[in-house]
Amino acid sequence: MWKATRRNFLIKTGAGLGLALGLGWVGKKVIRGFIVEQADKGALVQFSTDTEPQYWFEVQKDNTILFHSPKIEMGQGVFSALAQIVAEELEVSINQIKVVHSATSHGPIDPNTTGGSDSISSTFSQLSMLAALMREMLRERAVALLGIPLSNLSAQNGYVIGQGKSLSYAQIVAQTSEWSLPDTEPTLKKPEKYQVIGKPLPRVDLEAKVKAEPIFGIDATFPDMVYAAVVRSPYFGAVRGIVNAQEASKFLGVIRVVEQPDFVAIVAKSRYEALMAKEKLQIAWTSPTPLLQQKEVSDIVQIGKGDLTVVQENGDVTGLEEGEDSIKIEFHTPLGAHAQMEPNGVAAYYKDGKVVVKMSTQSVKNTRNEISEATGIRVEDIDIQPTFMGGGFGRRLYTPHAYEAVVLSQEMGLPVHVLFEREQEFQNGYLRPPTHHKLSAKLNNGKIEVIEHQIASGDVAFGSSLVPSFAPTVLGADFGAWRGGLFHYENIQNNSVKYWRCQLPFFTSWWRGLGLMANSFAIESFIDELAKKAKQDPISFRITHIKPDERGQRLIGVLKEVQRISGFGQKALPEGHSMGVACATDVNTPVAQVAEVKIENGAIKVLKVYCAIDPGLVINPDGVKAQCEGAISMGLSASMFEELTIKDGKVTPNQYLQYQMAQIRDIPDIEVSILSSGDKPRGVGEPPMGPIAPAIANAVASLTGTRMTKIPFKQYQFN
Amino acid sequence: MLLKFDLNGKSQSVDVPEDMPLLWVLRDTLQQKGTKFGCGKGLCGACTVHLDGNAIRSCSIPVSQVQNKKVVTIEGLGQGQLHAVQQAWIEEGVPQCGYCQPGFMMATADLLQRIPNPTDADIDDNITNICRCGTYYRMRKAIHKAAQLNQKD
Repeated sequence: MWKATRRNFLIKTGAGLGLALGLGWVGKKVIRGFIVEQADKGALVQFSTDTEPQYWFEVQKDNTILFHSPKIEMGQGVFSALAQIVAEELEVSINQIKVVHSATSHGPIDPNTTGGSDSISSTFSQLSMLAALMREMLRERAVALLGIPLSNLSAQNGYVIGQGKSLSYAQIVAQTSEWSLPDTEPTLKKPEKYQVIGKPLPRVDLEAKVKAEPIFGIDATFPDMVYAAVVRSPYFGAVRGIVNAQEASKFLGVIRVVEQPDFVAIVAKSRYEALMAKEKLQIAWTSPTPLLQQKEVSDIVQIGKGDLTVVQENGDVTGLEEGEDSIKIEFHTPLGAHAQMEPNGVAAYYKDGKVVVKMSTQSVKNTRNEISEATGIRVEDIDIQPTFMGGGFGRRLYTPHAYEAVVLSQEMGLPVHVLFEREQEFQNGYLRPPTHHKLSAKLNNGKIEVIEHQIASGDVAFGSSLVPSFAPTVLGADFGAWRGGLFHYENIQNNSVKYWRCQLPFFTSWWRGLGLMANSFAIESFIDELAKKAKQDPISFRITHIKPDERGQRLIGVLKEVQRISGFGQKALPEGHSMGVACATDVNTPVAQVAEVKIENGAIKVLKVYCAIDPGLVINPDGVKAQCEGAISMGLSASMFEELTIKDGKVTPNQYLQYQMAQIRDIPDIEVSILSSGDKPRGVGEPPMGPIAPAIANAVASLTGTRMTKIPFKQYQFN
Repeated sequence: MLLKFDLNGKSQSVDVPEDMPLLWVLRDTLQQKGTKFGCGKGLCGACTVHLDGNAIRSCSIPVSQVQNKKVVTIEGLGQGQLHAVQQAWIEEGVPQCGYCQPGFMMATADLLQRIPNPTDADIDDNITNICRCGTYYRMRKAIHKAAQLNQKD
């Protein structure tokens, strides 16, 4: 039975289920005040609607708490961190919490996405408050049940305890049919009282992952499910002509060839049979002539081409003419792939006007809306049941394959599984756009007097279904493309950042950190050259140019910390070794890294990476470290090895290994030091992607004298 | 075609096309989902299993080649308990997304059979799977730890 108390505060009771708590934040004055306050801080994420009951926690009979996470676990450790936040205020042990993905039919629906490094920072306050409210409701009920005044009752480990008596949360729930809300807003704990937050607890999903339980979209099944192999365009811009399915439909195991306006699929009893039959399908593709080549892509993404928007301008930015004190350097980064290990997979079952969709998606609400728009099925009849994701990195923010599976299930009257082949992931997904940067600056008495960054990039946010189509007109500049492109050296009085929007004839979009890696590579490499020209130590030269406000102090803090742990500029290094430093502030989290390198057989060998990060309040330090290690490894991979080109309308290469990525042999020792300023968490997943490429490049420059201006670095040979 | 092989210590018979890759037989016919599809070309190692005690990439082995042989997957690696490699993976907190990990654990278990106490160079030369989350740093520690755990037993 649904029971809404005081309007939208939702409480559910019932046999076998226990107490379930959900929230339509607007219900109560104290809550409303809290919300307004949060909104003022720009931190509000409203996980509720007026019409749909959305339950966050359920107290179960065994006194465990089922927590429906609106944020999806893609490896970033969000389940663990959110569980720690809940455990802290609900006063249960972490082992009492079972975290599951929130299905759209039942739990909170994330109006945003899982991405942008904000899963913890955007939910922390609300989640803490919700958990505290539930704790207070349980305590208040215990007053009546135990006959003990509230002030003598404390909540701990899932029990309300006082005067030698105790009741488990489950016992309280079992004896309660009417719930009331506390009259006052619960007091949240002060950070110094935290017992769970800040502890390096093991991930809650560790055992499932080590035992390889079937938790991913590719693993999703329904009884009697059939498998579809979807034919996707082999070239950019190819138009499908006549489909000859004669041979394919006779292939063993094939149930039907389904032809839709925008795709063709072979549905078979097994994946293998579907894939084999697909090879027999004859389709006349009309390809654009001439086919797209890399040269055109490189010609499109150029400073001076496309539409110009000035993103930042302060002071006087003239006077950048060539001269003894001026430097100009251009940088390039290539097309890149997400290459997440789990290809996109989805299982859909349509029956009686309703559909259940099990899949890996970073964008639950958007996925549901897209299915609804494409099929006409009402959103409330679409239940998205998110699975764990085998990596996200931005690749699962656009999920048109969900709609394909739904349509196929409608056609077949059976549950259908659709899976991308690896080659399709490269060709038919979307890519990180190539970029071109031009940095210019002038020194005066060893300080930067004026600096300019021009960025040319393919689209990142623009063109994405997550961003309104009018955004380019209103915003001018693509906030994804220039992410990390502004100067964090705010002591430079005269500065400008110009963005050239260069539209490519294929889909480029979100990739971990968006423009952060490319822009940090350009800016931080350039700053090192300026430091060298000014004959100054790279760390003190950076600090000189950072404005020492609160944000700047944190950046200075991580620079000093990374110097402390690495001994940069202070420690004698073995012959042939060199260190490089770089820093960035992303999602308000500053990170500094030092890379120690040598040259081995003419190639760069990264020996060790030191990383200092200040993500504010740390929920799980081991999780922060894992994210730093991961971002450093991914950034090292992307900057040392990865590059895609376009040949004859196709993404090349389109398989692993040919698309060279870091392997275990390429990954150095990584040492992470966490600073923690402030009492609120900030983002972690992307910021450490920024400094790694320039830290390596700066180390190589100081060792060899060669300034690498192009990613990937494998193109440089040293003798 | 009717085929028989030993899967995780139990005799298994399947009626599937003989050229069907072992990976899809495991995943779709036998519903053993622990073995993962990454590339289908034997390049990434997500589908690594043991065939007669040796690590192979099951996406590129037709099921006919495992006829009457012994296949061990991640589900059977620890024979009902956690294998030393799995235990080490937990102790070092290796997985992030977790998708590539079964393949890495199978590759590591195979390495430790051949080289019980591998050096870093042995690890570099033998562990060639791909992980995108970047858990390699912890994996190396976990491989050394698994070697230690094995020697304690």
